Amino acid sequence: MKILTGNDLRSGAVTWWNGSGWSLFVDDAVDVGEEAEEILAREEAARRVNVPYAIEASIDAAGHVRPAHIKDRVRALGPTVRRDLAVPTADKTGWDWVI
Amino acid sequence: MYRYDSYDQAMVDARVEEFRDQARRRLEGKLTEDQFKPLRLMNGLYLQLHAYMLRVAIPYGTLDSRQMLMLADIAEKYDRGYGHFTTRQNIQYNWIKLEDAADILADLATVEMHAIQTSGNCIRNISSDHFAGAAADEVVDPRPYAELMRQWSSFHPEFTYLPRKFKIAVIASEKDRAAMRLHDIGVRIVKRDGEIGAQFYAGGGMGRTPMIAPLIRDFVPIDQFITYAEACLRVYNRYGRRDNKYKARIKILVHELGAAEYIRQVEEEFAHLLSVGVEPPREELARIAAHFADPAFVDGPKTLDRSDPDFALWVDRNTHRHKHDAYVSAVISLKPAGGIPGDATAEQMRVVAKLAKDYSFDELRVMHTQNLLLPHVAIRDLHAVWSALDAAGLGAPNMDTIEDIIACPGLDYCSLANARSIPLAQRISERFAETGRTEVVGELKLKISGCINACGHHHAGHIGILGVDKKGTENYQLSLGGSEAEDVSLAKITGPGFDEDGVIAAVEKVTDVYLAARTEGERFLDTYRRIGMEPFKEALYGQ
Amino acid sequence: MGNDLGQSPDEVQFRFRDDEPVDHAAVTVDSCCDQTNATAVRIEPGDDARVLLPFLDRLALVEVNFPVFGDGRGYSSARILREAGYTGELRAVGAVLIDQLSHMRRCGFDSFAPDKRLDEEDAARAFATWENVYQRAADARATIADKRHEA
Repeated sequence: MKILTGNDLRSGAVTWWNGSGWSLFVDDAVDVGEEAEEILAREEAARRVNVPYAIEASIDAAGHVRPAHIKDRVRALGPTVRRDLAVPTADKTGWDWVI
Repeated sequence: MYRYDSYDQAMVDARVEEFRDQARRRLEGKLTEDQFKPLRLMNGLYLQLHAYMLRVAIPYGTLDSRQMLMLADIAEKYDRGYGHFTTRQNIQYNWIKLEDAADILADLATVEMHAIQTSGNCIRNISSDHFAGAAADEVVDPRPYAELMRQWSSFHPEFTYLPRKFKIAVIASEKDRAAMRLHDIGVRIVKRDGEIGAQFYAGGGMGRTPMIAPLIRDFVPIDQFITYAEACLRVYNRYGRRDNKYKARIKILVHELGAAEYIRQVEEEFAHLLSVGVEPPREELARIAAHFADPAFVDGPKTLDRSDPDFALWVDRNTHRHKHDAYVSAVISLKPAGGIPGDATAEQMRVVAKLAKDYSFDELRVMHTQNLLLPHVAIRDLHAVWSALDAAGLGAPNMDTIEDIIACPGLDYCSLANARSIPLAQRISERFAETGRTEVVGELKLKISGCINACGHHHAGHIGILGVDKKGTENYQLSLGGSEAEDVSLAKITGPGFDEDGVIAAVEKVTDVYLAARTEGERFLDTYRRIGMEPFKEALYGQ
Repeated sequence: MGNDLGQSPDEVQFRFRDDEPVDHAAVTVDSCCDQTNATAVRIEPGDDARVLLPFLDRLALVEVNFPVFGDGRGYSSARILREAGYTGELRAVGAVLIDQLSHMRRCGFDSFAPDKRLDEEDAARAFATWENVYQRAADARATIADKRHEA
């Protein structure tokens, strides 16, 4: 599936498009299909997100959203070397699949 | 050390307000991200993987306790309690909010600090020898010349939109502790027949096309120093490539023109600029230099009690000869085995600040190796200093050993990275510390970059590691034989890359080859240069 | 004769001169060298401003084009012309943004024709950003170092 991510303009926090707004949690990301470009242009113009882009992702058996590329997996969770600073997430298995 | 006068303070304050206004215009939508990006970069603000990152300059690596305490406060107030010291004498905060950035810059300005031109296609923070003003082997203290350049390069009206970033290092000894010839311009202050002048190198750099800067002028009279630098920059600004950002650094211009032609053009521009008159008044250098007068060193014991072996090891490893024989410079390792190279917590910064105030004439340095330094410690105080460092987790006796790894933030933090660097550094330092091989191997500079931009200086490592993306997984290329020092050389790739476990095993194998082949007194680099790549290749890839 | 750039002069938003503006279009650097009567010329980023030095006496307007704001060659072109004694109008045209105004002014530009009109208030603030300056440049302002060591 195709999901959208970017950083919050004010805080810089990593955000994910949840269908109506931008969430801090990758699990909230929704498949945008063909609408990616339109949503990206609109949201960036409205300054609700900074430098957003579309990425490939999949949903695992437990229903967690997993970005395809390692870079976005690190963004989804936080630095692998500072797990104490990780984004709080329901996905306890996150660190098993990030790398 | 240098102190701002009302002019310097007003400049920094004006910059804070300028940036506050720029951020406001960005948030109001008057600036697009494309327009805002160069402006925020020129104030050190990047957008990284997890947040904005702020890079604060520590000009020529010198700071005092008040400034270090402010860095600690910023880490706690605006970030997550720590900072990361870089190879170019900056500190980076990883979790910054755009809406806080102007306030942080304002806080920094209260202690004569800033983030001016720590990024962007402009002249970056001027770096220098971390032992400046303390080293026994320097001709003069290079920092006044670096400060003169700091002022000249700050808000330079002509050189704010260069083809690409521009890094300058200034040293003043034969020994090179600042990777001077791997800079866009490297300056060595020299003395000839009693006259001070500047030797200029241009067109060095790492990145995807590493080059060692050739000498472009053996002696620039010191009262023409800024004029010559201006000529170098003008030729670059006019003729550096702008069609391809990967070929835009001055090293490509010097390489494509040939050093001789670049020199000819610079000399022509230099002669012209001498006639225009852009040099600061002579008295300015003297005014700046007065700020760098020696502190009041006093005689004292020149030997110490070595009965504690841990202390003795630290003294042997982490102290450096001082120009006054009752003092040493003491390296504060930010490389605990298994730790993140260059990271320091706010608490550690405060410990270091207090030690500087109590034992080093209130002076600290940031080293290009991502460590900190107390430049002037009386030998009589050394045990007290070591005890305090050790208690704070800052006493690792590993300067210039394989544990003293330079590593970029890599894919854990950086949006440019292809692979992680930090976990490799952690695992390698831990492994060598556990097996006790660190001491056996001795001096070995290991440098790790998480992408081709080479922020981890892998080209200049005795052993270098470059992380690449191989079909979506991390892969690491090993290289051998680099040096950033006065014996500067570029490392050569051993062969096919490795996965994470594989590259750690490979590092052990090449140290095995070294230990088996070395002769008395040879460092890893010396052995490599004597026996060449083949024995190492054989060990890595042979049957 | 096909040598001019085929457009009327860009709209000048800021001008720091009292003389009458040149009322005709600028020609390219190549044309300027060939045409002995051209009084206005436009420099592109790749042009060598020094080619114009023999003709400075007859030039009343030099436009320096910034097709993209990140290409800083025009700053050097401007200073080179001022260092050679050019006293006519020096106009920055194209991608001229608020945050470039003060540096452009220091490099010798005395008129500005941005391709997108700038907010007057923001621009006024930008022109006044630096009460003092560190470097010598084309504006002949006394530098901070000069002031520190005034007799």
